[in-house]
Amino acid sequence: MPTVKLLVNGSERRAETAAGESLLSLLRNRLGLTGTKYGCGEGECGACTVLINGKPLRSCMAPAEFGAGKKIVTIEGLAGGGKLHPVQQAFLEEDAFQCAYCTSGMIMSAAALLAATPNPTEDEIISHMNGNICRCGTYPRIMAAIRRAAQGGKKS
Amino acid sequence: MRKIDISEAEQHAVEPLHHVFEVNRREIFKLLGAGLVVGFTTRSLPAQESGRAQGQRIPADLESWLHIAGDGKVTVFTGKVEMGQNIRTSLTQHVAEELRAPVSSITLVMGDTDLVPFDMGTFGSRSTPQMGPQLRHAAATAREMLVEMAAQRWHADRGKLTAQNGAVTDPQTGQSISYGELTAGQKLVKMIGGNPELASPKEWKIAGTSLHKVDGRAFVTGAHQYTSDISRPGMLFAKVLRPSSFNAALASFAANGADKLPGVTLVHDGDFIGAAAPDTETAEKALSLVKTQWNAPHQTSEAELFDYLRKNPVTDAGGFGGRAGQESGSVETAMVSSAKTLAQTYTVAYIQHAPLEPRAAVAEWDNGKLTVWTGTQRPFAVKDQLAEAFHLAPEKVRVIVPDTGSAYGGKHTGECAVEAARLARAAGKPVKLEWTREEEFTWAYFRPAGVIDAKGATAADGTLVAWEFHNYNSGPAAIETPYNVANKRIAFHPAKNPPLRQGSYRGLAATANFFARESFMDELAHQAGMDPLAFRLKNIADPRLRAAFETAAQKFGWGKQQPSPDRGFGIAGGFEKGGYVATAAEVAIDKSGQVKIVRVAEAFDCGAVVNPDGLRNQISGSIVQGIGGALFEAIHFQNGQVLNPHFGNYRVPRFRDLPRIEVELIDRKDVTPMGAGETPLLALAPAVAGAIFSATGMRLRSLPLAPGPLTLKKQNQS
Repeated sequence: MPTVKLLVNGSERRAETAAGESLLSLLRNRLGLTGTKYGCGEGECGACTVLINGKPLRSCMAPAEFGAGKKIVTIEGLAGGGKLHPVQQAFLEEDAFQCAYCTSGMIMSAAALLAATPNPTEDEIISHMNGNICRCGTYPRIMAAIRRAAQGGKKS
Repeated sequence: MRKIDISEAEQHAVEPLHHVFEVNRREIFKLLGAGLVVGFTTRSLPAQESGRAQGQRIPADLESWLHIAGDGKVTVFTGKVEMGQNIRTSLTQHVAEELRAPVSSITLVMGDTDLVPFDMGTFGSRSTPQMGPQLRHAAATAREMLVEMAAQRWHADRGKLTAQNGAVTDPQTGQSISYGELTAGQKLVKMIGGNPELASPKEWKIAGTSLHKVDGRAFVTGAHQYTSDISRPGMLFAKVLRPSSFNAALASFAANGADKLPGVTLVHDGDFIGAAAPDTETAEKALSLVKTQWNAPHQTSEAELFDYLRKNPVTDAGGFGGRAGQESGSVETAMVSSAKTLAQTYTVAYIQHAPLEPRAAVAEWDNGKLTVWTGTQRPFAVKDQLAEAFHLAPEKVRVIVPDTGSAYGGKHTGECAVEAARLARAAGKPVKLEWTREEEFTWAYFRPAGVIDAKGATAADGTLVAWEFHNYNSGPAAIETPYNVANKRIAFHPAKNPPLRQGSYRGLAATANFFARESFMDELAHQAGMDPLAFRLKNIADPRLRAAFETAAQKFGWGKQQPSPDRGFGIAGGFEKGGYVATAAEVAIDKSGQVKIVRVAEAFDCGAVVNPDGLRNQISGSIVQGIGGALFEAIHFQNGQVLNPHFGNYRVPRFRDLPRIEVELIDRKDVTPMGAGETPLLALAPAVAGAIFSATGMRLRSLPLAPGPLTLKKQNQS
């Protein structure tokens, strides 16, 4: 089995992988980082979104080796110094979830959006987030949470 | 008049089973430490049973219970499960309210069959009206016991003591003692029964207020473990080989070396073939080697669906057949003598729940006892399914339901649990099985498709005088009309061997019946030359339904804007599961015929509101989910195959489909709270159909209404 070396959430990690294994499987099943979710395995729902060198990536579509040598951030590594990331905090404030299975992917996608576009327009939020599915239909709250995070935690 | 008497439970195809709750008093205290236990059963208990029992067993029909420990921690046990409907939070509010204890001191243990009392399942919007009062009653009883204990300790008049914030206080002396101190070292059990009488919602302080999801932090940090996140020592990963089509039988099987792969356990048992291995890829590789042949019958395809459903009724009296009718007056006489008559047919497609967390299970055998973690709405039914599959005594099976990645009625069954358990037994190690999205789309069950024939007549003044309504296959939920009509005939006709495996879906057939009924009301209004809202209000008797329509209309600004070829307005409503809903929708239609719902206003009344913000979340979410079934969701299938088992070809609502949503809660403090997870979804589709008609003059009578662009008439394209 090939071994892949990754930098995940600030720590160097090594894991053996099977042929054809996805980065999602490596994170979840080899490294125990189960906050990143499987939703479709086809890049259609966004539940598996992680940040690779700051950019959002559907980890179900990437082979495990793709992560080698890159800086990976998962939902578990988003908070820093005991403080939630502003997007995480905003999701709490807005109750921007129901079953919350999509939440990790939503937060990672939103964090990537705000890192690149700190004050996005409504259309920019929609077009950036459109690849993330919430079957409970909490999109209006997720939009409100993203606006809140963009405005330093204040309700828009 | 004969009533439609198919109960909610029957529609969910629930087999009621009796369980003996085996935890006795000593075991409870072993489990949770000393303290106070209050149990609740709906049966009335004799007086001697309801006192402080010494060594008695917990009654078998116990429905919920709570424990207060020496450190003040409150643990509540209920068979309900959390799957996004936020019942963990709202039930916590109920307990906090009556116990007068901080929300943070209360933990709910849910859906663990070894720890919680039997529960039929979490469906049918029953948690709030049933479990809510039970827990309130148990909490209120515990509070009174605690006050009594403090009174005895202080030799004080209990009437002068107050309970607040997890402590009993004597306002005269200022002394205070926490619940934990009162119960520390004690082993007290009290069983209560009957119908609880509780404080009016008007006096609520914690219930009735908005409270964030109690464990929200675990979800935004990724810490919460859904079933698929659970890991056990030595656990293997599994895959199942699916048949070539629905109803296919295995004709031949050859392992072809799959069982020789290192670390692989291959199981071939009847028609079941699966593999467990140290990783999913190896399990997949093993199954790719297996050679199989399947025999499949020819099966009804989508093109023949509605014809099939109408022409193949169940004829025996079992199941739903033969007793699903309601009749009063004479429809025939009224039709003949009426000013205007109309007949129309409506259809609804098969759709999938598509919960974002596909079915998953982790199974582990230990000394003949099977433990399975799985996301299901019916943990005790899955326990029975496992006991049956493996010929086990009930106490040899434990099902644990972690808070689940949604269900919407789609997770009543335990096939994934059975599959994981079968492989775990063969492997002698814990096994995790996660269904793929394609498996979830194909091998879970579907919301029934249906055909609905409606006939009606109005008098010259717009009074509804005749109503005939036949639902083929989709179901009897909300099949009755909430409008006044003297002459009516309403019947449900279940179909024999429907082409797809069908089952419960959020709201059951109420979505189909609302769609047909409200669309037909729109058509009758048009024929009578009346405004759709005015026609409904003229024929409504129930003041709560009237209030819902008027509230939604006002919020929406009904009648203020005239429809145009690119902009239309519709309204619909009704009553179901104790909730009254009215929904107004505005659609925009572009030159290419694309339909977008741009604005929705909904009024909802489910009695006294327990958590206003949580309720708004449910209502808004229902509307968003309803967009899919209204506009574009449909399962395509041919000869036993699902043709679109992916999010890439089964379209679900996304950010881009979002309308502006306005929700108006009608908070009836004088009415017992009812559930809200289903009814808010029901009126969207007919409101949208009405809006499309008002813009284009096109009557769309099939759900989904607009899976692609509409074919517009010439004048709309100019």
